[in-house]
Amino acid sequence: MSGPGQGGDSGNAVSVLELRGVSKTYGQGPAAVHALAGVDLSVRAGEMVAVMGPSGSGKSTLLTIAGSLEDPTGGEVLVCGMTLAGMPQGRKARLRRRVIGYVFQDFNLLPGLTAAENAALPLELDGVTVPKARAAGLAALAALGVADRAGRFPDQLSGGERQRVAIARAVVGDRRLLLADEPSGALDSVNAGEVMRLLHEACQRGMAAVVVTHDAQLAAWADRIVLLRDGRMTGNTTRPPGPESLLMPGEIR
Amino acid sequence: MSVPHVLLALLAQGPKYGLQLREEFEAGTGEVWPLNVGQVYKTLGRLERDGLAESDGTGQEGPQKRFRITADGRQALAAWLRTPDLTSPPRDELVMKVLVAARVPGTDAHEVIQSHRLYLLELMQQWTRLKEGEARDDLSLALVVDAELFRLDAVIRWLDAADVRLARAAAEPPPPASAPVPVPQLRRLGARR
Repeated sequence: MSGPGQGGDSGNAVSVLELRGVSKTYGQGPAAVHALAGVDLSVRAGEMVAVMGPSGSGKSTLLTIAGSLEDPTGGEVLVCGMTLAGMPQGRKARLRRRVIGYVFQDFNLLPGLTAAENAALPLELDGVTVPKARAAGLAALAALGVADRAGRFPDQLSGGERQRVAIARAVVGDRRLLLADEPSGALDSVNAGEVMRLLHEACQRGMAAVVVTHDAQLAAWADRIVLLRDGRMTGNTTRPPGPESLLMPGEIR
Repeated sequence: MSVPHVLLALLAQGPKYGLQLREEFEAGTGEVWPLNVGQVYKTLGRLERDGLAESDGTGQEGPQKRFRITADGRQALAAWLRTPDLTSPPRDELVMKVLVAARVPGTDAHEVIQSHRLYLLELMQQWTRLKEGEARDDLSLALVVDAELFRLDAVIRWLDAADVRLARAAAEPPPPASAPVPVPQLRRLGARR
């Protein structure tokens, strides 16, 4: 069981991701659309948060803002204690490459690269030497149980294996924040659950994760589930007690 | 849950003693359905009476008795496995609460739905922890946990749909005096059980 501060957080209480009163409005005047309206969210190292809500509730906007791919129109975003507002583009891009990992619905693996090359890609783009990047990529593949697929190309992998490689690419190196948008889109429910288990494992090794999904069964893998509706947070679950309480002995007919 | 049929299924693998049946029943159902020994023997007695199972010695009672399935028992088991399970019409407590919430003055049905949704999600999180832990090496338990997760998931989806319907109804003028709800039909469905 991972607890607060466990898993490489070196005991400090700084959230890996912090959204303070974040708003996002598209357009102006009466035609304005408020995709997010004053969202507060704090995600600690070792914690996996699922964001649920109907389509159009602002889930994906929340993720792109958390990943610094889009700026909020109001409020503040901090990643590892650093404010994104006013950060020069170059530094922001480096933060995206070094600190944040993304997992997409359609995996987004590059077809011309092997699994190992795909996994190492973010580090190579960041200027890490090729041998070092490859070593880290292989380590990430091993952690996800697909080390033996390192030399294969994406079209030689099954759907589940492709998604493991995509997760390896998202956690490679020393990433702190994992952002996932419907990360198990095309997979059957057993494989989809497996993807969530792997993301949860990455959190237990110390990452913080925000996973957007409309699927309650997938969200249930998270430590906390946040509900969005019309751009507002309308509630969240608290970390539930252990599963022991489910199996209370009782009589059956 | 039909204890007699599950016992028949275990006997279909070969003759067994009562205590053994109890152990295998619990293991085979992911240990989420505890069963006491008395119930096992009572059920076996009934199976014997109905000719679905038979025991070795007719004289002795208790744990020394070994049971085996009969041809009738195999037939009954095969029929049960394929019998559709008709669920009763939607009269469960949660459905009732949401139906009623929409009519109680001063009650925000959305808020009522939301509290149930959060509770169910927390339950799902608990079941998922089980899947992450013990159920990884226990196929029966994994199947049971999946069943519960899909059931809870369905309830949450219904809550989502109810939420949307209620919001839509609140935004639109009420329809003319309501036509009779198809309750009679539902009752007839229920009567099939």
